[in-house]
Amino acid sequence: MPGLTLVPTQVAVATGADFSNDTWWIVAIKAVGVVVFLLTSVLVAIWFERKVVARMQIRPGPNVHGPFGLLQSLADAMKLLLKEDINVKAADKVLYLLAPMISVFASLLIFAVIPLGPEVSIFGVVTPLQLTDFPVSVLYILAAASFGVYGIVLGGWASGSTYPLLGGVRSTAQVISYELAMGLSLVSVFILAGSMSTSQIVASQEQIWWFLPLLPAFVIYFISMVGEVNRLPFDLPEAEGELVSGFMTEYSSMKFAWFFLAEYINMLNVSAIATTLFFGGWRAPFGLHLINDGMFNEGWWPLLWFLAKLWTFMFLFVWIRGTLLRFRYDQFMKFGWKILIPAALVWIVMVAAVQSVRQFTDIDLQTLLIALGVVAVVAIGLSFLIPEKKAPPATEGEPEEFDAFAGGYPVPPLPGQTLPPSPRRRARLAEETEQRTATAVLTAEADASTTDQPSDGEEEEPRG
Amino acid sequence: MSNPYVPILVLMGVAAVLALGGVGASAIIGPKRYNRAKLEGYECGIDPTPHAVGGGRFPIKYYLVAMTFIIFDIEVVFMYPWAVAFGELALFGVVAMMTFLVLITVPFVYEWRRGGFEWD
Repeated sequence: MPGLTLVPTQVAVATGADFSNDTWWIVAIKAVGVVVFLLTSVLVAIWFERKVVARMQIRPGPNVHGPFGLLQSLADAMKLLLKEDINVKAADKVLYLLAPMISVFASLLIFAVIPLGPEVSIFGVVTPLQLTDFPVSVLYILAAASFGVYGIVLGGWASGSTYPLLGGVRSTAQVISYELAMGLSLVSVFILAGSMSTSQIVASQEQIWWFLPLLPAFVIYFISMVGEVNRLPFDLPEAEGELVSGFMTEYSSMKFAWFFLAEYINMLNVSAIATTLFFGGWRAPFGLHLINDGMFNEGWWPLLWFLAKLWTFMFLFVWIRGTLLRFRYDQFMKFGWKILIPAALVWIVMVAAVQSVRQFTDIDLQTLLIALGVVAVVAIGLSFLIPEKKAPPATEGEPEEFDAFAGGYPVPPLPGQTLPPSPRRRARLAEETEQRTATAVLTAEADASTTDQPSDGEEEEPRG
Repeated sequence: MSNPYVPILVLMGVAAVLALGGVGASAIIGPKRYNRAKLEGYECGIDPTPHAVGGGRFPIKYYLVAMTFIIFDIEVVFMYPWAVAFGELALFGVVAMMTFLVLITVPFVYEWRRGGFEWD
């Protein structure tokens, strides 16, 4: 095919990882390895977040415990372990205990199917750097993520207190709303990769990482992954000014630590999914794979690339936190349902149309892209011909009297609106003008000859 | 390992041990100092609102969101097999899926117009 070879035309489904060599002890090592990797990553992530946010706010951040304050989060974890384990009186005992465990349990499961690297040799056994993989890996990931919501909603409900309840239902509504957009954004990846197995999706990105041809899908995924893990600017479940700590309010000691841990593991999870599905997983960046016959795509090197991409996403999380303000809840829901989901649906239709033209007709990609470009140019050109909606003419003249209490509670006036004087002020004004006219009449009577008296009866308003 | 789901079970075991162990350890290690106020629900210092105990109420909007979610989540999951088998199902699959999408978009638009996505 001449011209662009952006995406392989006939998607040959790439072969996934081969786990046939795994023995029971390899599986055990990998399973424990996944958990240890996540726990240490979280300790580093908490330190990393605090340090980066501190730098963004021009302060040093944690710097006392260990080199560069690296042991700070370990000290915090130990402190939480040694604190009193309080079970509040109004709580539903079983669910109250179970909720943090569900949270952390579900968050630990996702990394099982994330490929950290290609085949390596562990104690002489050649095995992929991934616990397991099956044809529906991404579905498993979504299932585990949805299971984690139980921890939040049960924790909020079982606490038997108002703030946790509101935080819990808010968080659930948020996570499920953004999960839809997330799930829809992944469909286009499956169309191009022809698989839902994570190792096959990584293998399919040999020529190009999917975030380039599927940029809108990646943008939708990125926004919804921030909403999914309840991070700023979408951290409404624990909006401190409104809900104290949301669903975690009644939790203390290790039970609180588990919620906290689950939140950070979930950040790692969604970053790892973004890396795997859109950024080529463990594949070497910047054409490094061309060096020395693909040396950088073999052995333990890919683990480095994977971690670099993972921590780039973690940095983005912290950067967003340090930059953006929290959304208002109605804006947030509107954004999810009215913008992200329709955009994701339109994108799927477009990808399906382009892919079916490429796969089921003889038109090659170049002609197709040119045709699409022409259509886009014509559409943009036509959009200029549509007369712009004229703004309604600004109402001139007498500013309308504004009823501040129309909605049942007082609202401040907008620009162009003026408040009517308050009843108290009205009475005082009337009193003053009465006095003034009285004195004016008196003075006018007393010395009619002097005309330089200030006659500012009604202009001067009492300020205050 | 012949069965790819066995490692998941192993990981579940490790995760469950960790989840239980942490809470258990803090229950054993942590101090126990009784204080009545500590066991009350937190409500900025005042006595807890009675209705929150044993259920509590929250806006009906959340139920609406949950119901809408179930409808559209099924849509999403239904699209996955089609996306994976895009090549094999060929043009028939595309046409069928687009019909399905149109059918699910009609209620979406309907709910939108009826104000189902308005908060407040």
